Amino acid sequence: MRLEPVAAPGLARTLGLPALAIAATVVVASALAMLAGANPFATLGLIVKGAAGSKFAALETLNRATPLIFTGLAVAVAFRAKLWNIGAEAQLYAGALMTVLIGTQMGLPGPVAIPAMAIAAVLAGALVLLGPVLLKVRLGVDEVVTTLLFNFIMLLFISMLLEGPLKDPMGMGWPKSEAIPRDARLPRIVDGLRLHWGFGLALISAVVVWVIQVKTTLGYEIRAVGQNPQAARFAGIPVGRVMVKTALLSGGLAALAGFSEVAGLKGNLTLDLSPGFGYTGIVVAMLALLHPLGVVVSALFVAGIFVGADSMSRAAEVPTYIADISVATALLFMVLAILLTRFRVVRG
Amino acid sequence: MGAREVVLRLEGITKRFGKLTANDDIGFALHRGEVLALLGENGAGKTTLMNILFGHYTADSGTVEVFGQPLPPGAPGAALAAGVGMVHQHFTLAGNMTVLENILLGTRPLFGMGLGRGAARARVEQLSRDFGLAVHPDAKVKTLSVGERQRVEILKALYRDARILILDEPTAVLTPQESDALFETLKKAVAQGLSIIFISHKLHEVTAVSDRVIVLRHGRVVGEVATDQTDRHRIAEMMVGAEVALPHPPLGRAGTALMELRDVSTPPEGNRTGLRRVTLSLKAGQITGLAGVSGNGQGALADLVSGLIAPDSGELRVAGQTVARWSPRAALAAGVGRIPEDRHATGSIADFTLTENAVLEGYARPPFSRAGWMDWTRARAHAEDIIEKYDVRCPGPEARIRLLSGGNMQKLILGRALEAGPKIILANQPVRGLDIGALTYVQECLIAARDAGAAVLLISEDLDEIRALSDVIHVMSEGRLSPEFPRGSKTPAELGQWMAGQGFADAA
Repeated sequence: MRLEPVAAPGLARTLGLPALAIAATVVVASALAMLAGANPFATLGLIVKGAAGSKFAALETLNRATPLIFTGLAVAVAFRAKLWNIGAEAQLYAGALMTVLIGTQMGLPGPVAIPAMAIAAVLAGALVLLGPVLLKVRLGVDEVVTTLLFNFIMLLFISMLLEGPLKDPMGMGWPKSEAIPRDARLPRIVDGLRLHWGFGLALISAVVVWVIQVKTTLGYEIRAVGQNPQAARFAGIPVGRVMVKTALLSGGLAALAGFSEVAGLKGNLTLDLSPGFGYTGIVVAMLALLHPLGVVVSALFVAGIFVGADSMSRAAEVPTYIADISVATALLFMVLAILLTRFRVVRG
Repeated sequence: MGAREVVLRLEGITKRFGKLTANDDIGFALHRGEVLALLGENGAGKTTLMNILFGHYTADSGTVEVFGQPLPPGAPGAALAAGVGMVHQHFTLAGNMTVLENILLGTRPLFGMGLGRGAARARVEQLSRDFGLAVHPDAKVKTLSVGERQRVEILKALYRDARILILDEPTAVLTPQESDALFETLKKAVAQGLSIIFISHKLHEVTAVSDRVIVLRHGRVVGEVATDQTDRHRIAEMMVGAEVALPHPPLGRAGTALMELRDVSTPPEGNRTGLRRVTLSLKAGQITGLAGVSGNGQGALADLVSGLIAPDSGELRVAGQTVARWSPRAALAAGVGRIPEDRHATGSIADFTLTENAVLEGYARPPFSRAGWMDWTRARAHAEDIIEKYDVRCPGPEARIRLLSGGNMQKLILGRALEAGPKIILANQPVRGLDIGALTYVQECLIAARDAGAAVLLISEDLDEIRALSDVIHVMSEGRLSPEFPRGSKTPAELGQWMAGQGFADAA
């Protein structure tokens, strides 16, 4: 068995195969539900119901999707330039840290505090990715390693701050920061329900990233550098500078996830602010084939599975791990589908 | 000839890659003691055919017989075991091992390498004498010249008892003198009963060395003739399907020097030769031809002119001004139009559309962008202009450039460079691998640009092309540049001596 490239994949290939991947995921998830002793149709129904069956459930899914849109965009932007940013988690926490610092220490009035927190978060996230990228551009240090390791450095740094200077004196000894004041929180989109304007900001960000990629010289440069750095360099595109700009954009987007979680949802900084949103962002971006608007769809899909599985496991006797497995399966099938849109399998 | 024993027979070989038929019902026979030339343009199917013979590809249909025995399809090594040896265009030698070790490598267990070395050495020496392949068995391969390395490759095949020898473009890396030595070796080999397939697209070599010629075009055998019953023109016609003639432009009128290099040196990069005190003047209205065996510093000179590298020492002057900061962008701003050697890896971005590729060098300035915003309407119009003016055959400006043939890709790159109105044009191997139509077109465009007052630097390994097109010729050898020779003042043999490094006042 060998792979031969497909010259011009048709519509059936480019849309049909990803659809098939989703269908295959459903089959695998059903089989797992059966293995756990539950009725697969009922289980799937419960997941869908838990994710989108009520206004509350749907809003919960949107809430969960918000940080995933940001980290997914961060990864999509970077991967376009073949800049392997595995450190969205660190950039997210850098953004969250700046949000809490500005929100609790400066005493700014709400309308000033919110943009100040957002800008500080973006700068911090950009700065966190700048280091590894400068090492890559100048010295050729592999950014996969540096950005990945930065995640742990950042978590330990936050942990140190939460046990020390940032520890909430009223926190009963828990490692958490003070909460930012009510008027510095992101307002709710729908009164009385938990969905906040972080989701709106995420949607706007997706559109902005899409416009950058399609309409601006920077987007053109990023795509050129990602697809063929040698030709880009020959054509006079400043490859190093494009990498740095990409890093600033990517790091800033990931940091907005931290800003939105703190200012929109949690109010304070804890070590479990992100259950791996930075890493899940990679899955979200890959499922979206790195398309910024596709990131919104795939973030909703992934968030829906997680929220739906949480709710399902309370009703049926199926562990929530099915969510992780389903997302992982979806990713594997999707990667396979992408491969098969570009190559066909030939016998012999 | 018909009575002679057939040693290799291919029958009905067909191989398709998607819509492309790389080999279409190819069949021919190789006889004992003959040199069969396999001719064809790039993309004619030569490489695919050899890959099928060596089991790297499996043919969709057809059979291969060696010495009357069918070869199992898709089994790499079967051809080798049956006595077919191949000398690739790119050598497969270990540089830090000796000639003898390279020859023995893979013929015996790794830990037994020392055993029976005396006998092996005697055999290698015998083979070198018999076939006129002079090379010292204890020399380290990395110290050998390209011609000597090729001899090691041939010895390797002979040591493995190859009775059929396939040489893939063996002269591409040789000087004319080295090529002549190779031809002598081949004559000795066939005299001893070996059979040889000689793959090439250089006509004069084919007529010099072969007994029979088979011409491939678009994956099909389009002609088979005995060499002594034909001539170069007839063969060329078969290859391209039309009479081929190099242009004979009248000499250009040299104007002022638009780009000058004075004593420029650049460091070697990896195993790539750098420049050694090169002084060169590119004049308006003149084509300067750069001849030389590949890998003798042409790459460094091309990179320097394109802006990818800056002089390490010496001076680069553009339009009379010393250049301080030199980069691809600076070169473009100074009016250097570039046609890079590798149109796939350097000249274009495969998954970009023709429109996106058309503005690769000009996207950052109006009219293609303003204040960071791309104007895709203008970009598309520009691509459509190039497509029409330079006759780029393509599905349209929004098609990906990877779908285009080499010739059409090159036309787009040529159009991109020329439409910017360059004063200096770097054309690095501009017609390599192009079919005759595209080739003639590209050459005519370069002559027209010269006549319009551009200074053209033409780099090519094809001496005929250099001698036909250039107003003045330089030869490069080991990073050094020869003096300027006016067109017609040196014979190919004289240029060959310069290519081999003779005549240089070695100041390094």
